[in-house]
Amino acid sequence: MAVLIDLVLLAMLAITALRVIFLKDLFAVVMLFGIYSFLSALIFVSLDAVDVAFTEAAVGAGISTVLMLGTLALTGRTEKENKHSSLLPILVVGVTGAALVYGTLDMPPFGRADNPVHEHVAPRYIEESPKEVGLPNMVTSVLASYRGFDTLGETVVVFAAAIGVFSLLGIRRENENLSPESGFKAHRVLRVISKLLIPMVILFALYVQFHGDFGPGGGFQAGVIAAAAFILYALTFGLPYAFAVIGPRFLQLLAPLGVLLYASVGLYSMAKGGQFLDYNQLAADPIAGQHYGIIIIELGVGITVFAVMLSIFYAFASQVERSNVQ
Amino acid sequence: MFILEIISSLLLLAGVFFGLSGAIGLFKFPNFFARVHAASITDSIAAILIIGGLLLQTSFDLNTAKLIFILIFLLMTSPTSSHALAKSARHGGLLSIPETKAKSEEQRN
Repeated sequence: MAVLIDLVLLAMLAITALRVIFLKDLFAVVMLFGIYSFLSALIFVSLDAVDVAFTEAAVGAGISTVLMLGTLALTGRTEKENKHSSLLPILVVGVTGAALVYGTLDMPPFGRADNPVHEHVAPRYIEESPKEVGLPNMVTSVLASYRGFDTLGETVVVFAAAIGVFSLLGIRRENENLSPESGFKAHRVLRVISKLLIPMVILFALYVQFHGDFGPGGGFQAGVIAAAAFILYALTFGLPYAFAVIGPRFLQLLAPLGVLLYASVGLYSMAKGGQFLDYNQLAADPIAGQHYGIIIIELGVGITVFAVMLSIFYAFASQVERSNVQ
Repeated sequence: MFILEIISSLLLLAGVFFGLSGAIGLFKFPNFFARVHAASITDSIAAILIIGGLLLQTSFDLNTAKLIFILIFLLMTSPTSSHALAKSARHGGLLSIPETKAKSEEQRN
């Protein structure tokens, strides 16, 4: 039964990918990308990787669909006709694909228990992390404690993405003439339901943020969900109202604040006489120190991801509004 | 508990039936508004029946509460999204079938 479900999901994934290649209507392509992300999330769930599935559903199907729709509003919804010959690209893709397929021949068989990936560090994490870190969710212990350096790097990458978007697009300042007429003014149903939903979404984001030690979730997912709540507000009520709630300037302070919070935990543990990001030094009891460290760095990740996602949306949306005014 | 099992599977089967009929309608119906109608059946009654069926399978613990939360969330969002979809199409100038017929007859006269 499980094999059947996997096969159906993978087949749907392949069909979606093929459809994306051959469709010319970019609006439909964006929707198909959302479906693709949801299907990948389902495959992750069937592989028991709920944390990854959660991230895929929140980031891939949620935020990135909204951001791609924002891009379409700026660029237009049909693909340009390609006049170049497709011989050289197909040759390059064919050779690369053949090399990759040849490379998979050396890979160990799928799902075997004695594969190298299961015998390297995974047994140590599984056996020692309840004693060393003491969190029920082992994924969080690996992500935030054992692999704290990697996660710091990822947070910096998210921050760098925001800097890239700002240097290309920039956010329209609040003091320019605002048009409060934007948003779905006539959509009374949407506004009422959004008002009901937004507090629940923010509450859920806080739950995901602080429950990540015990269940699936953590800073990345929580930041994205919280940003989605504000994006919903901006979409239904208009950008100026969203700017009044949480302005772009404030977000520009929040984004580096999260990274600094994360890094300062590392520096503090160095000052206490340990290594960088050695949470054992944060409290007298090493396990309590691990818990403090993980909660603080997850908060840092959540703040940065929230600020970056929301300000990237602001950047796109203010460009769209500006092009509508002209 | 035997009766609960039967009710639960009846609810699940009914949910699957409405989900399937919604999907078939999405492909077979002639115009946009009819298709939105079919899709909203999958969103609303199929989801309610399936979650109701699953609710009877739980032993009234945390899972029950979570399923009820999901049900409330779906009850609020799915009709809203169908409404927003249909209203945006209307706003964009899409006509229903009788209106299209009336318009083409007007042009003929």
